[in-house]
Amino acid sequence: MYVATKGGERAIDAAHQWLSDERRGDRSVPELSVAQIREQMALAVNRVMAEGSLYDPELAALAIKQARGDLIEAVFLIRAYRTTLPRFGASVPVETDRMDIIRRISATFKDAPGGQILGPTFDYTHRLLDFKLMADGEASEALRKEAEAVVAPHILQLLDQDGLMEPLSDGDETPPDLTREPLEMPADRPLRLQALARGDEGFVLSMAYSTQRGYGRTHAFVGELRIGTCAVEMEVPELGFAVEIGEIELTECETVNQFTGSKSEPPQFTRGYGLVLGQSERKSISMSLVDRALRWEELGEDNVGVPAQDAEFVLYHCDNIQATGFLEHIKLPHYVDFQSELELIRKLRREAADAQVKEAAE
Amino acid sequence: MSTLTTDTRKSYMGLLARARPERLEQLLPDLPAHDWLRRPEIGTTMVRGRIGATGAPFNLGEMTVTRCALKLSDGTVGHAYVQGRDQGHATRAAIVDALMQSEGVEQVDATILAPLRAEEAEKRTSRAEKAAATKVEFFTMVRGED
Repeated sequence: MYVATKGGERAIDAAHQWLSDERRGDRSVPELSVAQIREQMALAVNRVMAEGSLYDPELAALAIKQARGDLIEAVFLIRAYRTTLPRFGASVPVETDRMDIIRRISATFKDAPGGQILGPTFDYTHRLLDFKLMADGEASEALRKEAEAVVAPHILQLLDQDGLMEPLSDGDETPPDLTREPLEMPADRPLRLQALARGDEGFVLSMAYSTQRGYGRTHAFVGELRIGTCAVEMEVPELGFAVEIGEIELTECETVNQFTGSKSEPPQFTRGYGLVLGQSERKSISMSLVDRALRWEELGEDNVGVPAQDAEFVLYHCDNIQATGFLEHIKLPHYVDFQSELELIRKLRREAADAQVKEAAE
Repeated sequence: MSTLTTDTRKSYMGLLARARPERLEQLLPDLPAHDWLRRPEIGTTMVRGRIGATGAPFNLGEMTVTRCALKLSDGTVGHAYVQGRDQGHATRAAIVDALMQSEGVEQVDATILAPLRAEEAEKRTSRAEKAAATKVEFFTMVRGED
């Protein structure tokens, strides 16, 4: 039951004013600019863009500043802002084959055409705190080496050519969109990928990890992981052709998984796929593992009843804004609800006490 | 009207969309007189990917885009769709589009598009060179007699 109550306005105003004061923190410390967050907290910005499902680094940086670094709150701000904007259309699907690559590795082929390019990675660092960053140390400049244009075909295409890889259907159907239609089961693979791409990194990671630990094991190898920028093209009706409207950074992961074959298919490798806005390889690897686990039915695998195979469980719980909205609403006033609970428990206690008295009398 | 091919137009429209708004403003500080056909409007485009990079499309997430359309005093129409929320960026991109279809194509190309092309090429080379420096060069150590 909901009843309008009044009286909190002044307290709320004061609370928000204090929030703004606390956001600024100690005035003797210089204030952070949105540009500093965008440039120096880039991976936080990327996460907010991916889960906010809106590519705009400046807005994501602003949201992080406003949210005092609470990334889920920042995602919330981005999602809310997005709903105020008209949608001009959908892009031509991005061609990750033509990505301007900064990182590209394969755990399956050492000598992949195009090579293994490490890029600006945390891998192989010692994970020791670098106290030089606390002092005003100069950042080191990246090394350079004369470069030819990187020609890096997708590594899984090599297996594809040998017929060892599950073929992809290449239809051009308009994919379902969960921002326009409520997410309903059964969800097909395009819909599942959309939900996972904007899902909470922690949740998707844990789901993926559960499959590795045995809860729906799919034996994934990272066939390829690539990070770089891709052009985005859109059909513009008033021009009558597609134009490039910008470029965005993407992280893509393709996994190779075992498949023993079925009545109609010979033994071959199957795929899991992850694609995420911005730089986020943890999220894209996780996404491809969960994508693969959710495909058990189409591949004729057994449902062993684990969470990562349950599309309804995964997709209805991966969105951190839906989750936090429902979770946090229970802290808001429920005075009348609780009043009725209180009355009920008193009545039950009274009845129990009366029954005891009666029993003792008998 | 000049004989502009669709390929040329696509190419410079992409270049203008990718340009930094501040840089475009430096290269085109003063705007010629124009009438709006569509005032700058901020919206989004749903970016799509393909399952397994080449399979069926799916919706990945949106990006912010600003668009506008205008007409120069000689009647030439210019369009723009540019990434981000900068209305000046979209306006300038539409003006360049219109100028490229009227007189003085060479001048616009030389003073605005050529510098943007050169700077973009330099940026791409710089990234490619940094990436190349992190390319692994495997070597095999031979152990044992044979």
